[in-house]
Amino acid sequence: MNGDKTQASEQDSADDHVGQALRLDGNFAAGILSEVFIPDMTTTRGMCASCGAIRPLGALPVYGRDMGVVMRCPTCDAVILRVTRTPRQLWLDLTGSRVLLMADPTPPLIARADGS
Amino acid sequence: METPRTRTLVLDVPRWPGHRAGQHVDVRLTAEDGYRAQRSYSIASAPEDPRVALTVDRLDDGEVSPYLIDVLRKGDRLELRGPIGGYFVWDAALGGPLLLVAGGSGIVPLMAMLRHRAAVIETADARRHVPARLLYSSRRWDDMIYRDAIARLADEDATLEVALTFTREPPQGWTGFRRRIDRMMLAEVAWPPSERPHVFVCGPTALVETAATALVELGHDPALVRTERFGPTGGSA
Repeated sequence: MNGDKTQASEQDSADDHVGQALRLDGNFAAGILSEVFIPDMTTTRGMCASCGAIRPLGALPVYGRDMGVVMRCPTCDAVILRVTRTPRQLWLDLTGSRVLLMADPTPPLIARADGS
Repeated sequence: METPRTRTLVLDVPRWPGHRAGQHVDVRLTAEDGYRAQRSYSIASAPEDPRVALTVDRLDDGEVSPYLIDVLRKGDRLELRGPIGGYFVWDAALGGPLLLVAGGSGIVPLMAMLRHRAAVIETADARRHVPARLLYSSRRWDDMIYRDAIARLADEDATLEVALTFTREPPQGWTGFRRRIDRMMLAEVAWPPSERPHVFVCGPTALVETAATALVELGHDPALVRTERFGPTGGSA
């Protein structure tokens, strides 16, 4: 990633935009999603509620702007996840994802009893 | 300064939990009136480096990069969130071959991978088991980020091969590639798909999509081709 990606400039090509949004990767959404989820969401796998395809969220196309992101299924183009920041709250829509498969966020520490 | 429009910031981050090669941070700036702007920057330094280096590409109409390049001084404080992302990440334990494809400032997270590889795989013999190739597209010779650092890494390491392409102004006497990354170039530079290289592609959206599509058409497993799009402003080919 390298910065200021939500800024449009004259050299942008039409391919890079959908309306005012930029076409990016799931990685771009990782920061805002870390405000909601403890496990890393780029390696979390999501199942598309529309077609059932399962992919790591980091591999999904993302349409992003300053205020939030839309993640889509690369197989059927359905919206899988939307997250938007409003002045007062973070707004998360998961209707497009049937299941999220997350890694165990904190592997347990192994303790050894040392007498009493 | 890495080039006339890119600068590497070396940051001392107390309680930094450590990162993996390929991860990024979000940098948040807050103006006096409370207005906030946040952008993502890839980490350029190896996980083995105690300080965190970010390489920032200057966008003249940007809200964050001109401040980071022109205004930020030694001792200033920055608000960071990270490290972020476990998907576009390469650890030496993942093995090779490692194929890196970059356009413009897309080189930054890939440089962290090359530095990590050089830091943890110390002998030439061990490196032969994890060979690496870099295909790097820049507009001009003067726009090429980490020119000296990449040359040094390649000089010291016979198992790292570097192929450069220049889309506008190559250096004088250049006999290498002088076009955008395309399928033929990737077929020439990449290992055959049967070698199952781990592929990381990073750069402007158009370059990333061209390269990733071509690699899959050439027979590479889509699950091994990881991409990171910078959007259109990466300043490259």
